[in-house]
Amino acid sequence: MKLSFSPEDEKFREEVATWLNENLTGEFEQLKFRGGPGDEHMFPEERKKWEQKLAEGGWTCVGWPKEYGGRGCSIEQQVIFNEEYARAGAPGHVGHIGEGLTGPTIIAFGTEEQKKKYLPGIVAGKELWCQGYSEPGAGSDLANVKTKARFDEEKGKWIINGQKVWTSLAHESDYVFVIARTDPDSVAHKGLGFFLMKMDQPGIEVRGIEQLTGTSEFNEVFFDDAECDAGDIVGEPGKGWAVAMGLLGFERGVSTLGQQMQFQNELNQIIDIAKQNGAAKDPVIRQRIADAHVGLKIMRYNSMRMLSGGEDGSLQKEALIYKLFWATWHRDLGELAMDVLGPEAEIIESGPYNLTRLQSMYLFVRSDTIYGGTNEIQRNIIAERGLGMPKEPKIKM
Amino acid sequence: MEFAFTEEQQMIRDTAEAFLSEVSTSEAIREAMATEQGFKDELWQRICGEMYWQAIHVPEQYGGMGLGYVELVAMLEQMGRYLLCSPFFSTVCLATNALLVAGSEEQKSEYLTKICEGSLTATVAYTGTNGLWNADAVETTAIKDGDNFVLNGTYRFVPDGHTAGLLIVAARSEGSTAEEGVSLFTLAADTAGVECEWLPTVDQTRKQAQIVLNNVTVPASSLMGEEGNAWPLLEKVIQLATVATAAEQMGGSQQVLDLTVEYTKERVQFGRPVAGFQGVKHQAADMMLRTEVARSAVYYAACVAEESINGGPLGGELAEASSVAKAYCSDGFFKNAGDAIQLHGGVGFTWEYDVHLYFKRAKSSELFLGNGAYHREKVAQMLLD
Repeated sequence: MKLSFSPEDEKFREEVATWLNENLTGEFEQLKFRGGPGDEHMFPEERKKWEQKLAEGGWTCVGWPKEYGGRGCSIEQQVIFNEEYARAGAPGHVGHIGEGLTGPTIIAFGTEEQKKKYLPGIVAGKELWCQGYSEPGAGSDLANVKTKARFDEEKGKWIINGQKVWTSLAHESDYVFVIARTDPDSVAHKGLGFFLMKMDQPGIEVRGIEQLTGTSEFNEVFFDDAECDAGDIVGEPGKGWAVAMGLLGFERGVSTLGQQMQFQNELNQIIDIAKQNGAAKDPVIRQRIADAHVGLKIMRYNSMRMLSGGEDGSLQKEALIYKLFWATWHRDLGELAMDVLGPEAEIIESGPYNLTRLQSMYLFVRSDTIYGGTNEIQRNIIAERGLGMPKEPKIKM
Repeated sequence: MEFAFTEEQQMIRDTAEAFLSEVSTSEAIREAMATEQGFKDELWQRICGEMYWQAIHVPEQYGGMGLGYVELVAMLEQMGRYLLCSPFFSTVCLATNALLVAGSEEQKSEYLTKICEGSLTATVAYTGTNGLWNADAVETTAIKDGDNFVLNGTYRFVPDGHTAGLLIVAARSEGSTAEEGVSLFTLAADTAGVECEWLPTVDQTRKQAQIVLNNVTVPASSLMGEEGNAWPLLEKVIQLATVATAAEQMGGSQQVLDLTVEYTKERVQFGRPVAGFQGVKHQAADMMLRTEVARSAVYYAACVAEESINGGPLGGELAEASSVAKAYCSDGFFKNAGDAIQLHGGVGFTWEYDVHLYFKRAKSSELFLGNGAYHREKVAQMLLD
């Protein structure tokens, strides 16, 4: 085991930190620590500008191969980049879906034409993407997609009808990738297609979902005879599930360390408040703050294991438990924040409903244990894939 | 950065697993735990003679294998899994560490060599009757008498204190408190005035003893470190042993999970294996989460422990990493062991099934060297005071 970074990597760390230090200034100063989960609705225009600033410096898509416009960074360098990015308080990436999901999918499964058409816009930070997976009837049961795609021979285009939901940043995005049923008689994960679509068209309508935070960063997206060019299906019709699942494999946990830096910022804020208001003397609060610190430390070690490829290189148990672990930890942190604040926790920044950052966090973390696979789904996956326990028998309806 | 076992470390772990699954069977554990000594001489001699485990992290100049703490932890994980009944923990994780951290050249040459030969078992005694684990735990007094020291006091909760040949004892100068005035001594168990008595315990797989020192005279040459200034050394020894305990706990967490998964896959109710019910699966999933999180904490702490002994930038994190690991592993193992009884249903409540052995070890190891709350408070002090 070796836990240190090489001198070259440490030099790279300095390079990243220096660039951020020099560029996260002026008009971008106000973006510090903004735009993360729960705050994604804030400063969209300014954050788009920032995305392009990053692109100018060559700091978008750092993990992509150079031939596609990326920086070709090693895993270690990607870790360092994410750490320094979060440490500097650089804002939530508006381009993260394109960079983390769309791009890698196109690189792995797309045609040359698709690569030429879409990758440069993502690298340049100019074209933003959102994802169209969940539907009203396809939440935990993700394969139960009802949105339909039929090929119109006359137009030479795919015609999409249906509805997606919980689409974050849909109102800010230029493109969406959509899973839709290409075979109308198919069920579950068979007969699906993976489509790349322009958002700005008559057949697509976006409606914001007002969340319990009073803000909207998630949306509903309605497809009413929306069109998709014939060349913009990734993989074959009917094989879209494999493409969609391939997506999940791209995230080897590199961004998790950046996310943890954000958690660390939140925990630091809570610790500062506890010291100021005397909560730090309460033995129960002390235990809970220490517990949060213990959890966050181990979260980091766990990510390092994930990045190192697991002890036997095959089934990575530490990766299987990761979502359940961080989501539950973060939810607990929200409660801790409020309990440390005491009665002040109730007093919002201003009316009618402008919450402080910690209040926002406390409410938003209730979604952490739901999106991206609920805690219950995570436990099913852990039990079935990690422990080989049997699946629930299917009930014939 | 490569936070994974090397091939060699993997091999050490696999060898330990293979050997222990053969020798530390349910029958063997039960036979050993029923004795006052707590282990079988024959098995201990095999470990020392064939496996050479007791020498794993001792430098080669003292007859050791010269490997590191990560290798030691890889083995401890398996010892925790298979509830090995042996004086390994007391001899290697307490006494050997104490000799490595605080021993003079002469003391290392004399005692480490014997330990590596397999001719000496040893332990560390520092906890008095007050049930504490910090410096306040040291109650025994050491009064200087010419070139000698006279020790008086009672130690409790000393692992294998009734069978160890060598005792490494902590004592304080008269009137000193907390971290002041603490000294460490080597003390042969058969010295006049030393009374070692077995304390029967709920967890029968790890033996504890009470040691009473009644006007025991030791020469100044038995001092380890400086007179009155040994607390930082002892503290480091305790932290290293804390990492070792966490490693055993993590192994135990894994084993109760494995036993539970295996049992629930076989146990049929309502016409299907109970492992298929979500109420069971979700608890098992949480057990796996606790095991894997514990593993991450332990491996990191092992790297830190290694660098704290042999040098490296992480060495300074020992206090934090040991408490992080022990806090998580203590609570995780106990919860896993309790859940394992629950998921085994009625048979989990029997003496026949092994689950209760782990449940009992989980509590004894949780209490040993400070429970989760104790270590969280230590972390809280680092963060808040």
